Amino acid sequence: MTWEPRPVPDVTPETRRFWRAAAEGRLLLNDCPDCGLTYFHPRALCPDCFAEAEWIESDGTGEIYTYSVVHQISGWPEEHVPVIVAYVELDEGPRLLTNVVGAEPADVGIGDRVRVTFVETENPDVAVPVFEPVSSA
Amino acid sequence: MARTEPVYVAGAYEHPTREAPDTSTMQLHAEVAAGALRDAGLPKDAVDGYCTAGVPEYSYAKTPLVMADYLGLDVAFADSTEFGGSSYLAHVGHAANAIRNGVCDVVLVTLAGRPRSRSQDTGTGVREMITVQDSFERIYGEMGVTNYAMAARRHMHEYGTTSEQLAAIREAASYHAQYNEHALYRDPVTVEDVLESRPIADPLHLLDCCVISDGGGAVVVVSEDVREELDRECVSVLGYGEAIGGTRAGRVDVTESAARLSGERAFADAGVSRDEIDYVSLYDSFTITVLMALEDLGFCEKGEGGSFVEGDTLKAPDGELPFNTDGGGLSSNHPGNRGGMTKIIEAVRQLRGEANDEVQVEDATLALAHGTGGRISTRHGCGTLILGREDR
Repeated sequence: MTWEPRPVPDVTPETRRFWRAAAEGRLLLNDCPDCGLTYFHPRALCPDCFAEAEWIESDGTGEIYTYSVVHQISGWPEEHVPVIVAYVELDEGPRLLTNVVGAEPADVGIGDRVRVTFVETENPDVAVPVFEPVSSA
Repeated sequence: MARTEPVYVAGAYEHPTREAPDTSTMQLHAEVAAGALRDAGLPKDAVDGYCTAGVPEYSYAKTPLVMADYLGLDVAFADSTEFGGSSYLAHVGHAANAIRNGVCDVVLVTLAGRPRSRSQDTGTGVREMITVQDSFERIYGEMGVTNYAMAARRHMHEYGTTSEQLAAIREAASYHAQYNEHALYRDPVTVEDVLESRPIADPLHLLDCCVISDGGGAVVVVSEDVREELDRECVSVLGYGEAIGGTRAGRVDVTESAARLSGERAFADAGVSRDEIDYVSLYDSFTITVLMALEDLGFCEKGEGGSFVEGDTLKAPDGELPFNTDGGGLSSNHPGNRGGMTKIIEAVRQLRGEANDEVQVEDATLALAHGTGGRISTRHGCGTLILGREDR
């Protein structure tokens, strides 16, 4: 379910810092100094007030807001299907679309605590954040 | 919006094909254009406005330009608002305003596509990453069906909605499709059939998903002056509303669509209430799309869509709120992966009394046609039209 290395996403001047940080094992968010909004995905100007945003580092923890166990998906390596596509709500607030890895589909549920981890791409400066369950033990 | 002059749908035509390997998408556009003009009783040279969206086989072409040129049109008004499958509802709404502003008198709106012949993996294929958002979504296998599945899962979690309730929507659509000789799938489907069909993106099954079909459709929108010269029964465009939904900077609520706003705007524009609506055409890319539209458009409370659709609520002719009496995208036709045009066309048929006999709603006077294009849970465009019988 992990599919490594992933295809390389389209890295733009606006998003390069995000992808590079991911390659270093850090999940970045944007934070607006004007209106206080912490948001995702990265954008130079705050989508709430158009002020110039700053970068902050997320703790990388959150919970599953919703998910789907996907059984039919062309363009994805067959050996990695089914794949769990999910929205994770970070403790900082934003919900981001991602994968849940390292879990059996039957064991995953809304509200489960998860933590960020990163999968490599063919570009060493780019990694893709995904989430794995935090063991409740 | 101030409405000063009535505007009408004078012609409507749905291509009978569902699989068209030996033609081109452009040819289908021309065939539906000719069909809609024939239905209205208008000559081709009366057309002075044209709308279409996303000609998929020509994604790098300039959509309105290549089609207007191919069709040989000379227009004073053109619109290619791209809301995905609901684009065509937006086009009718925009055309109505252009006509009221005196820009034009006869607007042709066309849709065509051939995903079935091209074996397109509609809704289940990871596409190339074109926009910045794609890099943060498609890299995870976000495709289309995933978004609707995630909405369904959260809806179930928050409101107790069940797979059986979603399946009741497909059951009702298939009940209608049996009377449509052109429907891709005419066999009635039971709730059990849906639940037993293979999972595509859990909790959605194969039979929770719309069909993949070739084909198309067209409508002709006209001014009062033009209508007076026609013999054909027309349908009044009483109100229109649109809204765009998005990820809200990471605060997306996947259980609500932009239909809440497009619906509010359309009802305010038309000055009618929900309980006056006799028939609804609801966008049905997936069963959950219908359930959320019923709630967001205000036909039931948020969270009560599941119990609302149980039983025969949606079944024509006697259900409380008959929907998609042609079988809809779920059973009949989703030409070019875009269900908005056929939603308008079946609403026009109902108001003209030209639906299939077994599913014609008696004395249908007011109808709503709604489109949810793009993808709920991320970016989608909703267009809602309220239509009325000409003699209302």
